[in-house]
Amino acid sequence: MSILVDSTTRVVVQGITGREGSFHTEQMQALGTKVVAGTSPGKGGTTHLGVPVFNTVADAVEATGATASGIFVPAPFAADAIMEAASAGMTLIVCISEGIPIQDMIRVKDFLHGYPLARLIGANCPGLITPGQAKIGIIPQRITTPGSIGLISRSGTLTYEVGTALSAAGMGQSTIVGIGGDPVLGLTFRDVLELFEKDEATTQVVIIGEIGGSDEEHAAEFIARGSRLKAVAFISGRTAPEGKRMGHAGAIVSGNRGTAKSKEEAFRKAGVPVAETTDDIVGLLR
Amino acid sequence: MKLLEYQAKEVLDSLGIAIPPGLVARTADEAAAAASRLGPVAVKAQVPVGGRGKAGGIKLAGTPEEARKAAELIIGMDIKGFKVPLVYCEAALEIERELYLGFTVDRDARANILMLSAKGGMDIEQVAEESPDSIARLYPNPWRGPLDFELAQLAYDAGLGELVRPLTALIKKLYRAIPDYDALTAEINPLVVTKAGDIVAGDAKLEIDDNAAWRHKDLEQRYGAVIQGDPYEVEAKKRGLTYVSLEGDIGIIGNGAGLCMSTLDLVQRAGGQAANFCDIGGGAKAEVVENALAVILMNRRVKGVLINVFGGITRGDEVAKGIITARDNLQMELPLVVRLSGTREEEGREILRRNGIEPGVSAWEAAQKIVELTKAGVR
Repeated sequence: MSILVDSTTRVVVQGITGREGSFHTEQMQALGTKVVAGTSPGKGGTTHLGVPVFNTVADAVEATGATASGIFVPAPFAADAIMEAASAGMTLIVCISEGIPIQDMIRVKDFLHGYPLARLIGANCPGLITPGQAKIGIIPQRITTPGSIGLISRSGTLTYEVGTALSAAGMGQSTIVGIGGDPVLGLTFRDVLELFEKDEATTQVVIIGEIGGSDEEHAAEFIARGSRLKAVAFISGRTAPEGKRMGHAGAIVSGNRGTAKSKEEAFRKAGVPVAETTDDIVGLLR
Repeated sequence: MKLLEYQAKEVLDSLGIAIPPGLVARTADEAAAAASRLGPVAVKAQVPVGGRGKAGGIKLAGTPEEARKAAELIIGMDIKGFKVPLVYCEAALEIERELYLGFTVDRDARANILMLSAKGGMDIEQVAEESPDSIARLYPNPWRGPLDFELAQLAYDAGLGELVRPLTALIKKLYRAIPDYDALTAEINPLVVTKAGDIVAGDAKLEIDDNAAWRHKDLEQRYGAVIQGDPYEVEAKKRGLTYVSLEGDIGIIGNGAGLCMSTLDLVQRAGGQAANFCDIGGGAKAEVVENALAVILMNRRVKGVLINVFGGITRGDEVAKGIITARDNLQMELPLVVRLSGTREEEGREILRRNGIEPGVSAWEAAQKIVELTKAGVR
């Protein structure tokens, strides 16, 4: 079992003929992901990497019955690509693109209210992977092992770091979800926790947060209200100065809000142990 | 990009919002000349941070001579790490009352929030804490913007019913900063009602989304060069790097924002302090590593550098070769510790060893090592 994506998920890749789209489509296929279609305006009717290419997502859905989309288009076109996917009936939309203007995302979030079944992951995220089954995005398969730990993260490389440590310790993962580093994004920690809560195959969760916003605090509240999942958290950015954007558009402490301290305290109050370093996560799960 | 006050006011002016008469002065003479044209003025330091007044960056001048003296003191001052490049001399207003008006992004709501309050001239965060009910709020639809009746409600909620008409017109103009300029924050505080009954922007803050810079190249060209930030940050930006200057003496390079932030934390935990944040992104290409090292080494305070690369798909041997090339090209002599992990990590570590760099296996181990080496170097 898993959440959001498995070996039966039928995936369309938006921007499949681009450099990133091509490379990662091959990686997705190597894991066994059912990539049933790709889109690239003007290239409809061709085939790329053995996958039929369509001009639009609606065309791809009509021909292949795809239900999930991975978006690899440049940032200036990404917001429109997300809305196109939702409008074509996708229930899972994973947007990898980095650098989407925040006002574009605010309009996208409003647009998605009209599509309650569409779940957006990202943008500016590594996507998600159900080890041994399927992935949408760029998380490398080799850092993963099938198992029962759910992993949710705002950071790409820290996800790889923690995935590797878990796998080396024999602690497999049910699904790994990179929710992304933007201030206005799709699913939050809390949303993904709710999904893991309902997934019987998941018994523990690791939450990798960072400075900025209050999504970690909301996740802690969710757990405090009573969760069957054993959780461990890690927050990066303890030493980040106020008012500076630390790489991710969303990683910024504003005044006294969004600090690592506030997030760590929220988790501890909810009974969730907070790892001092990523190396300590494995020990805290045992 | 956070615009300077005079730049933000130029933008407000272009949106049709009233601003007080003002002139930019780069020298004390120019400030004196401005005051002789405008009469009594406020001489204001132009830096993209708050708290200018407290830092001594705003002075009132009744005469051209006073304006000259004020400008002499203020130009070149350092306010929170920003050297003041110029002052804005602005005609003093006859103030009847001060209001607050602003938009910003409410991250929790994933929406823009518009706030209006009769309590202007103070820090809005403080007002929000002390008397939250005195701030009226509206989440405008991001596709069509605020409607007249919504703005009327807002004005009544703020206790400003007598100003409904002018405020509605004004807020609609300010809202244009979102669709037209990708503003993340557009704030007028205080929004001044003058004794003559005019509504004028007393101060202005405008932050433009860096992610949307490609839509507003004109703004960057017109204003970007004036804002004198940290010299290393300026150089890093030229080289296309994601870089933030910090206070310490250990240079940091990491791939990925989260990983890089956690590397800073590890260095502090090991008893050191990072000189910077520098995320070189997923690929960790040789050219990017070299650019990053070059910027870090510009900072004379730096006593050693820690590189933390976790390659998902990136090959460790290629990263190692890139690091060696960069070090040699820059003739770097300071201690360098590299933590390398990912595909072909063993080959990568072997390359580092052969070239005199002891690789760290874990990030924590590497952080301890660089702190030890830099401390040894001092004594």
